Amino acid sequence: MADNSTDIKFNENSFKKIEKHNVDEQEKISAPSLTFFQDAVRRLKKNKAAVISFWLLALIVVFSIISIWWTPSDPNAQHVAYANLPPKIANGQIPGFTGKANVGGRIVDKYAQAKVPSGTYYVLGTDYLGRDLFSRLMKGIALSLLIGFLATLFDLVIGVPYGVVSGWKGGRVDTLMQRFIEIISSIPNLVIVILMLLLFTPGLGSIVVAMGITGWITMARLVRAETLTLKTQEYVLAARTLGESPFKIAIKHLVPNLSSTIIIQTMFSIPTAIFFEAFLSFIGIGIPAPNASLGTLLSDGQKTFRFLPYQMWYPAAAISIIMIAFNLLADGLRDAFDPKTQE
Amino acid sequence: MGKYILKRIGYMILTLFIIATATFFLMKLMPGSPYANQAKMSAEQIKIMNQQYGLDKPVFQQYIIYLVGLLHGDFGTSFQFNNQPVSYLISSRIGPSMQIGVQAIILGTVLGILLGAIAAIRKNSWVDTVATFFAILGRSIPNFVFAVLLQFFLAFKLKIFPIALWDGFSSSILPTIALAMAPLATTARFMRTEMVDVLNSDYIELARAKGNTPWQTVAKHALRNSLIPVITIIGPMAVDLMVGSMVVENIFSIPGIGDQFVKSITTNDYPTIMGLTLLYSFMLIVVILVVDILYGFIDPRIRLSGNEGSN
Repeated sequence: MADNSTDIKFNENSFKKIEKHNVDEQEKISAPSLTFFQDAVRRLKKNKAAVISFWLLALIVVFSIISIWWTPSDPNAQHVAYANLPPKIANGQIPGFTGKANVGGRIVDKYAQAKVPSGTYYVLGTDYLGRDLFSRLMKGIALSLLIGFLATLFDLVIGVPYGVVSGWKGGRVDTLMQRFIEIISSIPNLVIVILMLLLFTPGLGSIVVAMGITGWITMARLVRAETLTLKTQEYVLAARTLGESPFKIAIKHLVPNLSSTIIIQTMFSIPTAIFFEAFLSFIGIGIPAPNASLGTLLSDGQKTFRFLPYQMWYPAAAISIIMIAFNLLADGLRDAFDPKTQE
Repeated sequence: MGKYILKRIGYMILTLFIIATATFFLMKLMPGSPYANQAKMSAEQIKIMNQQYGLDKPVFQQYIIYLVGLLHGDFGTSFQFNNQPVSYLISSRIGPSMQIGVQAIILGTVLGILLGAIAAIRKNSWVDTVATFFAILGRSIPNFVFAVLLQFFLAFKLKIFPIALWDGFSSSILPTIALAMAPLATTARFMRTEMVDVLNSDYIELARAKGNTPWQTVAKHALRNSLIPVITIIGPMAVDLMVGSMVVENIFSIPGIGDQFVKSITTNDYPTIMGLTLLYSFMLIVVILVVDILYGFIDPRIRLSGNEGSN
């Protein structure tokens, strides 16, 4: 030891003085610190399908909001003289929107036949009562989105509090609340709607009531399961020890930590609700005539598609695009908020 | 296990009882009379008719008669459809529905399992992308849209299949495909996730290390274990199928119970609606129960909690 120490010679140049700010620089984290949400948004932005879906849905929402005040023409106004006109844009130069139809092998200008004034045209054509299909489609999409919005509302207003209370209280209250859910969920959704139809007239009301009875159950189950684990966390224990009221704990600690579950589940219940309404309207027990819904438009289109296929294409495309976009966005959100599930 | 099954059967009977009671009293609340031209009938005639249908008895007694009838498989008499007994309407129409339902579930699950397994084995390849794409389409596009599109392209444009007819196997192909899309998508998606998990596990590593070919490893070890959780989604899939069958039968004019249900709803045929509602609920609850019990038997690791039900 002694030998070695004499071999190495230290002088002042062997050492370099480190300035204080240098230490700070080394300790500095180069990437900006992100909150959980910022991080999720960053991951979501990487998912191209989800981003495209998001903007597409934003566009559809804007269109639907516009349709509340304005549609090209009255969606329920009938012009029997202008019935079953094919799609036409402006002067009919764009393929597929020429206003001409194939009748028995001959191309016929339907607009000339029906003596439609030259300035008038229907972008997506008219139906068997001469109603403007574009306006009806706009109204139908708006209705679907309204249903989706209501489904979200039920999830948040009933599902989340139900799940939090059930999970937080535990014991007998929990058992009772879970049995209630079990019984409700073993009755098929459709049966509940039909029971509602026996009570009320078919329409938005009975669909909404049926959604209010069953729509929030999945959310309540997920929230309860999550609450059960959150409840044992140290920060919740600390809040309890400090005498925080259960209501405040739920608002300040539980709900923020449940937010990713809540967001993901609402995104999945929207397409389910949209499908549900379209299905009911398709079989004729949903939205009553004359109001437009994607289901009724599709059902009308299906009856005449051999001769007038355009009446089926657009509602079919609209509902498919909306459903795909919501599902892709929901998938993207799930991956973004819960990176563990992503393979 | 035995106690659990008994408990579940108890809940099942309770639920069915609630549904039966609710439908009965809701029907009693309905305004109007079951006779189409009551205005033309004399008081005497109405009395005779009421006696014939047991409508002159107090509501509670009617309710008991109704419940006893249900236990004997008597669902009452249809208001429409030539006053046939509801049980006859159902039994004469259940065949086509069952055929399409069974075909669809076989086609959907088998193809779904294959698609999901291939996607998992060739993870992140073009096969995976294509499979995922189809799974999203199958999950998103409503079955009635599928049915209408199939009818338009394959039956109307290409004339490969009959448009709407119930005559032999060929007429059941399009409805089967339309119904199978949703189970296919669900199974494929579920299967892929499970398979990816299983393929990363130690025993697969061991199977490979023993010198098994990739095919042997998948067929003998991976597939079996991935299949277990897939059983859980049979319940929700059965619900989708029942609901789906209503529109699909309607679109393809198949004389099944789904078609009957839609027709009964649109003609306010309450006894038939009630009978079919009970039948659907019964089938649904039985399927979910059987799946839960099966699951417990197949995989003893699963602690039965009774929370697996789905609507």
